Amino acid sequence: MLEAIIVLAILAVVFGLLLGFAAVRLKVEGDPVVDQIDNILPQTQCGQCTYPGCRPYAEAIAKGEADINQCPPGGEVVIQQLADLLGVDPKPLNEEHGEHGEKTVVVIDENECIGCTLCIQACPVDAILGAPKQMHTVIESECTGCDLCIEPCPVDCIHIVPVPETPQTWKWPAPPQPLEKPPREAGGST
Amino acid sequence: MKRRLWHFHGGLRLPGHKTESMQEPIQAANLPRRLTIPLQQHIGEPAEPVVEIGQRVLKGQLLARASEYISVPVHASTSGTVVAIEDRPIPHPSGLQAPCVVIDSDGRDEEIEHTPVNNYTELEPSALRNVIREAGIVGLGGAGFPAFIKLNPGPGNAVDTLILNGAECEPYITCDAMLMQTQPRRIIEGLLIMRHALQARHCIIALENNQPDAWQSLNNALEDDEKTFIELVKVPTIYPTGGEKQLIKVLTGKEVPSHGLPLDIQMVCHNVGTAAAIADTIHEGKPLISRYVTVTGDTVGQPCNLEVRIGTPFEAVLEQCGWRDDRNDEILMGGPLMGFTVDNPAVPVIKTTNCILSWPTTSEQQTPMPCIRCGECARVCPAQLLPQQLYWYARAKNFDRVQDFNLFDCIECGCCAYVCPSHIPLVQYYRFAKTEIWAQERDKKKADQARERHEFRQQRIERKKQEDEERKRRKKEMLKKSQGDETDGEESKKAAIDAAMARARARRGEKTPQSGGKKET
Repeated sequence: MLEAIIVLAILAVVFGLLLGFAAVRLKVEGDPVVDQIDNILPQTQCGQCTYPGCRPYAEAIAKGEADINQCPPGGEVVIQQLADLLGVDPKPLNEEHGEHGEKTVVVIDENECIGCTLCIQACPVDAILGAPKQMHTVIESECTGCDLCIEPCPVDCIHIVPVPETPQTWKWPAPPQPLEKPPREAGGST
Repeated sequence: MKRRLWHFHGGLRLPGHKTESMQEPIQAANLPRRLTIPLQQHIGEPAEPVVEIGQRVLKGQLLARASEYISVPVHASTSGTVVAIEDRPIPHPSGLQAPCVVIDSDGRDEEIEHTPVNNYTELEPSALRNVIREAGIVGLGGAGFPAFIKLNPGPGNAVDTLILNGAECEPYITCDAMLMQTQPRRIIEGLLIMRHALQARHCIIALENNQPDAWQSLNNALEDDEKTFIELVKVPTIYPTGGEKQLIKVLTGKEVPSHGLPLDIQMVCHNVGTAAAIADTIHEGKPLISRYVTVTGDTVGQPCNLEVRIGTPFEAVLEQCGWRDDRNDEILMGGPLMGFTVDNPAVPVIKTTNCILSWPTTSEQQTPMPCIRCGECARVCPAQLLPQQLYWYARAKNFDRVQDFNLFDCIECGCCAYVCPSHIPLVQYYRFAKTEIWAQERDKKKADQARERHEFRQQRIERKKQEDEERKRRKKEMLKKSQGDETDGEESKKAAIDAAMARARARRGEKTPQSGGKKET
């Protein structure tokens, strides 16, 4: 009897220590769900979701504070992927945050730019190049089309242009959907 | 010894429509007044132009050089003046424009001097590949993959069999058959060069059994000692035998693994036209500036094969064969199953234009009906896929599932759509899904890049904030310190003044060295 109690007590202590050690040693840094959500978001960092960037929005979704339909640049595709990941029903994009449109980038009208650097400070991905009182320019391949630089510009010299489609980026259109049911003869039932 | 042949899954026996365009011998196409030469006529990156507007160029002169590894140069197809380097319509299913070099021909067709390779067997395979690359040679069978890459087995890979693909399985197209009939020696010379580049042990030239004349002429052209390592094989005429993976299966019984290359099973497959182009490059030093094109179809008066300069407008080629512009015909580049409709007849012939097909526009499009699950598509699929499943998932835009069903093993041969009793445009669904998936991959890459840049910026701002705070803190400390022991501060101030005065004196002393410069120091 006594032996059994001692053995069990020792076992309990050993396993307790093991668990305690594992909890410290194998601790998961951060929230993996946040990473997964962040991975799906388009990383425009545009703030249209009302959060200051994609990662804060991902954190808010993970905490349950934000809905999955607040990302206009991502559109339906992102909502669907988020719904799949989180096991919730997809819903239409919340119009309050904006509409899902075609991809755009910005260009600076270099004749009008006064070199104030305000847009450089606003760009979340460092895609604008320039120096005080020097002409600025947008690195088009890095621009996410967040449009955050447009508001601060004092001379309105930044313009939104659609990303041109090339034969390399062109997509085949979805074929017209076939009729769901063959046209019925008049008087046909069921 | 007769070679044992295998069968690939599915396939179709289609009406050939080949005799129409094989009545006439190959002729040269007329020299057009203006040539439009796209900078990208191959899979990979577009070439970079090296000529300027207004510059006079000669036939065969380099117009644009290869920019990346998967890229080849582009050459002038005739002599003339470069009048524009800008976006022009190209033959592409999108109907979009792409950068082109436009040359106004001067009619003289002056050629630059060529430097042939005298004895290619003395060249290293890598040097030989470079010569082939500089000549701008791409696969002429249809896909247009740079040929020099497919002639590089890579370190540690041995090539057992080199297959020359003369199985032109798609209806209407006869340019390879005519080439084999009329110029067998060029093909064999090209094969020998490829064999040297790849160090292949064994070679096969495969052609369909409905081309006895081509077989005969190749057989006559083969010398006895060459017959010991080159085998001429007739394969059954079943569409799509000419598909690389299907041909390998028929000839060897081996299957190229999914997502793999023929090289994975020690094989390399090239088109016969590519071999002829390589022979021209090595023996005559000529770059790839023209190709054989089949011009055929119901609305072409005299269907035939022409040798067409790259950059010649489709309409010029068609008009030479008795086609009229006033009927609003449907024009296709490629064959009836794998080709695509070209809306603008002014687009130029490019390196991958094997056939120009013209027929009356069918006003009555067959409306697609619901899938009845008959399974015909799966029966004919040469890649052994499940076209129905692919269709459902592509239609539902479920791009993960569609890849689980190996969408990217689909060769878009069109057999499934051909047999579909509901007339569902299946291939269009697969092409739609493929391009959507590629677009998503591009977006993902861009998003990752943006995330990295954003995170870096956040870090930089954070670091700057910390540094500012640190500086402020240090300043505050200094201030506190100086207030704490004022006497100390006054003393140091005095010392500083003294030092400054000493320095000033020293400077004065230097200016007037006679008045006791030594004393001061």
